[in-house]
Amino acid sequence: MKGLGFIIIFLSSFFFLGIITRVKSISSGRKGPGIFQPMLDIFRLLKKGTIYSSTTSFIFKIAPVIYFATILSASFLLPFHNEPGLLSFQGDFIAFSYMLALGKFFMIIAALDTGSAFQGMGASREALYSLLVEPAFFILFASFAMFTGYTSFYEIYNSIYFASYIAIFAGVLAAYNLFQIIMVENSRVPYDDPKTHLELTMIHEVMVLDNSGFDLALIQFASSLKFIIFGTLISNFFFTPDLSVYMGILIFIVIQSLFAVIVGIAESFRARHKLRNNNKAIVILTPISILIFLSMLMLITNQI
Amino acid sequence: MTVFFIIPVLSFLYFILPKKVLAWYNLILTVLLVGISSVFSVPVILDNEIFTGNSFFTLWDSPISMSIDLLSAFFIMVINITVFTGAWFAIEYMRLYQQYSKINFSLHFFFFFWLFYSMLMVCMFPNIIAFLVAWEIMSVSSFILVIFEHKKKEVLKAGINYLVQMHIGALLLMVAFILIYNNTGNYTWNGLSAYFSQHENIPVFLLFFIGFGIKAGFVPFHTWLPHAHPAAPTHISGIMSGVMIKMGIYGILRVLFHIQSNFLEIGIIILIISAISGIAGVGTAIIQHDLKKLLAYHSIENIGIIGIGIGVGMIGIASGNNLITMLGFGGGILHVLNHSLFKSLLFYTTGSVYMNTHTRTIDHLGGLIKKMPHTAVLFLVASIAICGLPPLNGFVSEFLIYSSFAESMISLSIGLKILMMFAMLSLAVIGGLAIFCFTKAFGITFLGTARKINLETVHEVKWFTLIPQYFILVLIFAIGLFPQFWVNLFFELSRLFVHHSFVVPNRTISTISSISLYSFLFIGITIFIYVLRSISNRNKPIETTSTWGCAYNGKIDKLQYTASSYAENYAHDMDKLLNQKIHYKKINDEDIFPQERTYETHSESIIEEKLYIRISNRLQRILNRFAFFQTGKTQHYIMYMFVLLIVLIILTIFNVI
Repeated sequence: MKGLGFIIIFLSSFFFLGIITRVKSISSGRKGPGIFQPMLDIFRLLKKGTIYSSTTSFIFKIAPVIYFATILSASFLLPFHNEPGLLSFQGDFIAFSYMLALGKFFMIIAALDTGSAFQGMGASREALYSLLVEPAFFILFASFAMFTGYTSFYEIYNSIYFASYIAIFAGVLAAYNLFQIIMVENSRVPYDDPKTHLELTMIHEVMVLDNSGFDLALIQFASSLKFIIFGTLISNFFFTPDLSVYMGILIFIVIQSLFAVIVGIAESFRARHKLRNNNKAIVILTPISILIFLSMLMLITNQI
Repeated sequence: MTVFFIIPVLSFLYFILPKKVLAWYNLILTVLLVGISSVFSVPVILDNEIFTGNSFFTLWDSPISMSIDLLSAFFIMVINITVFTGAWFAIEYMRLYQQYSKINFSLHFFFFFWLFYSMLMVCMFPNIIAFLVAWEIMSVSSFILVIFEHKKKEVLKAGINYLVQMHIGALLLMVAFILIYNNTGNYTWNGLSAYFSQHENIPVFLLFFIGFGIKAGFVPFHTWLPHAHPAAPTHISGIMSGVMIKMGIYGILRVLFHIQSNFLEIGIIILIISAISGIAGVGTAIIQHDLKKLLAYHSIENIGIIGIGIGVGMIGIASGNNLITMLGFGGGILHVLNHSLFKSLLFYTTGSVYMNTHTRTIDHLGGLIKKMPHTAVLFLVASIAICGLPPLNGFVSEFLIYSSFAESMISLSIGLKILMMFAMLSLAVIGGLAIFCFTKAFGITFLGTARKINLETVHEVKWFTLIPQYFILVLIFAIGLFPQFWVNLFFELSRLFVHHSFVVPNRTISTISSISLYSFLFIGITIFIYVLRSISNRNKPIETTSTWGCAYNGKIDKLQYTASSYAENYAHDMDKLLNQKIHYKKINDEDIFPQERTYETHSESIIEEKLYIRISNRLQRILNRFAFFQTGKTQHYIMYMFVLLIVLIILTIFNVI
């Protein structure tokens, strides 16, 4: 069942953001909307008409489509429950990262297309943060590749194991770093806050101020999918080879929900960084990745 | 073969023909030369057999032979593509310079032809002396092309800077070749093998590397590049950046081909210099205000990427891992072709913008996409390609280089693993910075509303000028979408460095076809979603209003983000490295009625300031002491000659000379 993973990933995106919102509401003492509310919002948007700015060109119209398509394409590469993704090849983690970068490229130029100062601000920040976080992601997966001796997601996940103490240390660091990378990539607290109401401090949200209707629905759906995709990068570590498919799905859903709860709790009790300090906070992720690389290097040289 | 050597005679017609037809004649002559050189080179690419012939010229009574192997043939192909599109583009672009006299035009096209011709000769001659002559013709003719707008002071300055640096490079090459000739008595490329097998490899390699590196634009030998590219007319910038600097890469590859030992050290040297070039190039490009200067810095970046591939390939040779060698060299050499495509396209589109707006300052532009949709799309595609994003050609070459890193990390020794990790880090940083830079370049130039230009006068260039640009676009897509048809050629090319029995593993080949499949999958999904969107939007209200700006409805032209403000958050953090100079007089407390003042920033290359200008200033100070010789009086100069003659006579009397 090659397509199973893709379907599960697609379906989980329906409630993932809802769980985060719900956790945040409960921890701030409110009842909060149901977990399917974000998805219902997207359906509502799908039915609405669109307003375009007279400044914009066709770039603004195709950007959401391409953004969504890149994220969907990126999800094809992800393995699920000991099965490779729809497509799996040597070095697919590079293609994965570059595919996401293509989506960002279009979102950034679409933001500049509106001619709004706010959106330009958001675009500039988004471009800077994604450039700062990219090396961390690459080195992280390069260290997995070096550790396992394989370069595709599927083979890496299939052959990775954490047995010794250093391995646990590296694993914990890797988990921490991956979590931070996910927060940057998905524009969440502490790097960005999707719920902020001041354009001057927004990053990702300010880039889509002018989008409406179908386009906005695509962008929001894509954001939700993107979160799940990165969550899958984590949950794939938990599949052991002798698991049945049903257990696999169960574990996947449990891990994803747990991940959403953790994100929700973290967002509720954490302040966001000062905007100026964001750069430093993101740059730090790369040295941590290098640390992971070096500790994994120690591991394999001890074994051989 | 003789036809190839007769053709230059036709170049003198440039001085006879009327001004109006010169550009057309240039295109015809270019096509002719492309055709003739393809007759030799295309069979070499197809059959992989070395073509040899004797040229017209003789040296010391023996005819100078010509030989075109796969490497030469590949570079000839790259030259042909770019010069052809450049000559075509020049037809409309040169109308911009109507006020220049006919002799300017004649000289320009005459040397255009000779630049093309000399680049072909550089690739064809295995004879070192002929090679150096061709190399010199290439430098001089490109110098004349750069200073076309000779009435502008900064153009002339950039041109002379270029000429001087080219000759420093040529001098180093000459020293290296003389060393080799003295030791082996062989004045073909093969003499290098003989020399390298008996002597230390690194010193002479370094001579070659610096000599060719000045042409290629590796940091710290790059300082001519950001001045010369903006000074030249656009089609010349496209050709210089697209292929002429690659002649440096050609030279380095030729030399590497003959290296006999110290592979590892040489590989590491190339890798480190290239990684620095890549990061420094793109890192400086971001804060440039001049669109062509920005592109010039990107040339340095891309030379860096090519060098990274070559460096990894050398390390692969050193460690005996053929797969790494193939991926590294394959990626690097493929990037030579890729860069020549998208960089020339970027220059041509910039030229189209300049033709209409007469400015290259990014901060003044904006909103061009509505008036120049074709140019905008071409620039956009080239930007995506240069950022190395799928599904275009830049991705394929960068992917191959990344794969070589991944392969090295798995199979090499610990020290090299760490080195490769840093190499990967630098390539990832380069990729991120390139995206930052080109979202700026495209977004500010073409999108939003016009900042300081008048959009009324802007219109799309003629379809005739768009043809060569779309031709490049098709090639960009062809390499990006069907890499499996191309990489074989590049694996064949890297085979020059690998033992013949090595077979490319199946998984590598299947990976490359997977990339192709993946690109198509992505395009399919995009089209599918776009169709869905169109169907869904069919019966819905679509409105057009002004951009939302917190309920502010006035004009937004001057509120927009500019290139400077877009890059500010980056430039702020990188202040020390970028050496940004701010020209602004602060308002003092005493200034009750402050005067009007301006705020201006620009970045000066830290290497140029600290290394080049300092040395040249010191040299100038020393040489100034000898200025008294230059009196300006004819009598004195005759006296100098007279003194020299007497000295010579005295020396012969005493049998000294």
